[in-house]
Amino acid sequence: MWKQIEGSRAIAETVAMCRPQVICAYPITPQTHIVEGLGELVKSGELAGCEFLNVESEFGALSVAIGASAAGARTYTATASQGLLFMAEAVYNASGLGLPIVMTIGNRAIGAPINIWNDHSDSMSMRDSGWIQLFAETNQEAADLHIQAFRLAEELSCPVMVCVDGFILTHAYDRIDVPLQHQVDAWLPRFEPRQVLDPDAPVSIGAMVGPDAFMEVRYLEHHKQLRALERIPEISGEFYEAFGRESGGLLRPYRVEDADTVVVALGSVNGTIQEAVDELRQEGIAIGSVSICSFRPFPLEAVTRVLADARRVVVVEKSLAVGLGGMLATDIQMALSGRRQKVYTVIAGLGGRAITKASLMKLFHRAKSDALESVTFLDLNWDVINRQLARETATRRSGPAAESILKDLATLPAKIV
Amino acid sequence: MAFCRISDHPIRSREPVAKPDALIIQDPTLLNQGSLFEGLQPQGYVLINSTRSLDELGVAAYLKRLPEDHVLTLPATELAVHHVGRPLPNSTLLGGFAAMTGELRLTSVLEAIRQKFPGKIGEANAAAAQAAYELISQSIARPPLDNLSRATTREEKTHVEAD
Amino acid sequence: MPFEHIKFYQTGTFTVGNRLLDVSNRAVQSDVRRSNALNCGHRACQGCGEALGARYAVDAAVRAADGNLVAVNATGCLEVFSTPYPETSWQVAWMHSLFGNAAAVAAGVAAAMKAQGRNEVRVIAQGGDGGTADIGMGCLSGMFERNDDVLYICYDNEAYMNTGVQRSGTTPPAARTATTPPVGSKPGNVFGQGKSVPLIAMAHMIPYVATASVANLHDLEFKVEKAIPIRGARYIHVHVPCPLGWGSEPHDTIKVARLAVESGLFPLFEAEFGEITGRSLIRRKQPAEEYLKLQKRFAHLFRPKRDEERLATIQAIADRNIQRFGLLNGEVR
Repeated sequence: MWKQIEGSRAIAETVAMCRPQVICAYPITPQTHIVEGLGELVKSGELAGCEFLNVESEFGALSVAIGASAAGARTYTATASQGLLFMAEAVYNASGLGLPIVMTIGNRAIGAPINIWNDHSDSMSMRDSGWIQLFAETNQEAADLHIQAFRLAEELSCPVMVCVDGFILTHAYDRIDVPLQHQVDAWLPRFEPRQVLDPDAPVSIGAMVGPDAFMEVRYLEHHKQLRALERIPEISGEFYEAFGRESGGLLRPYRVEDADTVVVALGSVNGTIQEAVDELRQEGIAIGSVSICSFRPFPLEAVTRVLADARRVVVVEKSLAVGLGGMLATDIQMALSGRRQKVYTVIAGLGGRAITKASLMKLFHRAKSDALESVTFLDLNWDVINRQLARETATRRSGPAAESILKDLATLPAKIV
Repeated sequence: MAFCRISDHPIRSREPVAKPDALIIQDPTLLNQGSLFEGLQPQGYVLINSTRSLDELGVAAYLKRLPEDHVLTLPATELAVHHVGRPLPNSTLLGGFAAMTGELRLTSVLEAIRQKFPGKIGEANAAAAQAAYELISQSIARPPLDNLSRATTREEKTHVEAD
Repeated sequence: MPFEHIKFYQTGTFTVGNRLLDVSNRAVQSDVRRSNALNCGHRACQGCGEALGARYAVDAAVRAADGNLVAVNATGCLEVFSTPYPETSWQVAWMHSLFGNAAAVAAGVAAAMKAQGRNEVRVIAQGGDGGTADIGMGCLSGMFERNDDVLYICYDNEAYMNTGVQRSGTTPPAARTATTPPVGSKPGNVFGQGKSVPLIAMAHMIPYVATASVANLHDLEFKVEKAIPIRGARYIHVHVPCPLGWGSEPHDTIKVARLAVESGLFPLFEAEFGEITGRSLIRRKQPAEEYLKLQKRFAHLFRPKRDEERLATIQAIADRNIQRFGLLNGEVR
């Protein structure tokens, strides 16, 4: 059913239709509207047979989810940024135990400095935890991915993170086709756990595993993600059959045929990138883009294939490996290892800094002439940087860096007219 | 700063609107910021929430380059207080925007307001939006530099963001 | 406390089974049909108070739950010695997640059971003092505050024993631990720190809070069996000597626990919704010193010379407990 609806609300309604049995969450911007929406649906009785717990911290939230999932309930939670870090121990616990929890990440920068706006540093911090990580390009996809996530997670016994750009998607009002209950019921099977806490058939879950078997247990986790590489496109296909639209899958190419330059990115920025690609194509420039949906497992083979004919790749990412460069770019480079393509890393949009089509077009122009550094920080205010560095050189007690910079950027106070 | 795109085709861009076709200023104290009108399209619209005239606001000269009837003030806060009882001009300004640009039908605006806000609140906001629509529709027939202030001259200082 | 006509006063053997009692009054452990939830073969130390307490507590819980029990365990001695890969001692549905989240995981299990309509299943969470009072306090308080349907049992051996005897939030004043060494002008743990988790539990106004000790195993079983059918958040704090960490003899475990009770240092009481509803009276008050003397972790209070000031302060703590909880002349049950 078509609705003009806030992204978060569409996610809440879609998750509710997956008939979760336990929902637990701790509020953190920008995920709050999702959980509030779900809380309302439970309280009003619209989402029946579901226990909703208001927990005391994100660590509590994922811990409750771990218990609930282990006891055989379809379980959901959501977090972002600092919250994801606070539950980090539980994140590894859930994947290590093989519990099919689905969790939305409302992608938000990690502090310090505290920042509530969008970037991918939070999901990135947990990229090697063993969770599957799917990135939504649009609000439609964000809603649809949750349905696919439950099926994928429960089939493989592996938890799944659905990553949705904070504010840009979560708080945007979009035209979304929210599925109907009977459609989801027909498509999503009941949760049949591989392991379950049941007094009638007792098992011990969570034993200590020593050097004699730990590597094997870890390998099996790795194997699960390799299996996911096969299932993700299949599930996307099965979704298309039933719901009639494309969503999910490993990656989505855009005008890459005969492209010399291919831009790669995660999430919503792909929309702006596609607009830039179209304009540059009009200028006669051979450029295309790839939106990666499955970031973990990282689709090495699919990436190698889709970039095979490109001369250069520009990775535009909202994450920074401090002191080194990119994170997505590193994985792309692994896929292109030993090949001729030049990979340019562009760090953009950190802490919610707008990524504009104009900036991207300038950037892509330079890329096509190979006039880019290997690592570029998009739209960095070098004046501000240099002034701060000069301050730090001049005096030891230069004060907190962020505050000094903000003073530099101070805008005029609004005057009463 | 909030932004919105209206289109008949799927909207892919996620960047903030830098070259607006229309600017709705909910908080006139922001007029002090020099860059407010930067990027506004040559045929752009400006709707300012204020009881004062464009001259009094000090923007008449600057905005003279825009077409007639594309720059208007609207006492949205006052209308909201009158109809809804609270100084929240958002839905009121939507009514004014619809009349000024013709991008939306009044019926659509009223339907959307009623869907978003249930019961009496929705009705009150719809009434405010309708009043704004009618006010702007009338004023478009007149030259744009007229004073459109209503009964109250009290300046509302709100911290609502503008576009 | 169960009341019987035969006054049976035990010394020396600490036998709990008691064939002289009516069958209905005998300990769960004396029943050959007990679930044996914590089976033999685990790796606990000789004389481990926690293994003793857990065995009694969980079998009592299984009986009271009619077999419908799920246990969630925090990281710690109990978890480690009971599940040495590739074996497990547990014969009940059991889960170990992390160190500080047993209460939250148990809340999740309880919620899942409720959502699945399995109302007969009872959930217990187990943790040591570290996992309960320190790192687990956030999740514990959250579980209490929500009144989740979980019985949390804390086995308090007063330090992080599994990792090598480091000080915790329940380590008593003056006690030697690896991080409160018996050196300097103030050897051992400082005075004026530490928290009472039973009192914190009571402050949450939950339906049932009790303290218990391996000194009185019948009482421990009674409290667990009483707690199991209650719906909502419940807490039982069990005092369990650790021969290794306390420096006491393995064969003295119950004796040491009993001295803690009889001196007043570990009061036995029950509370409901924040009010004390009962206590175990001390039959023969013992000087605190008699308890301390049996443990090397307090040896520096006696050698090279007696630390009269600190011994007196500890005695004062014991006396204050006796007064506060009415352990000598409170209401008789």
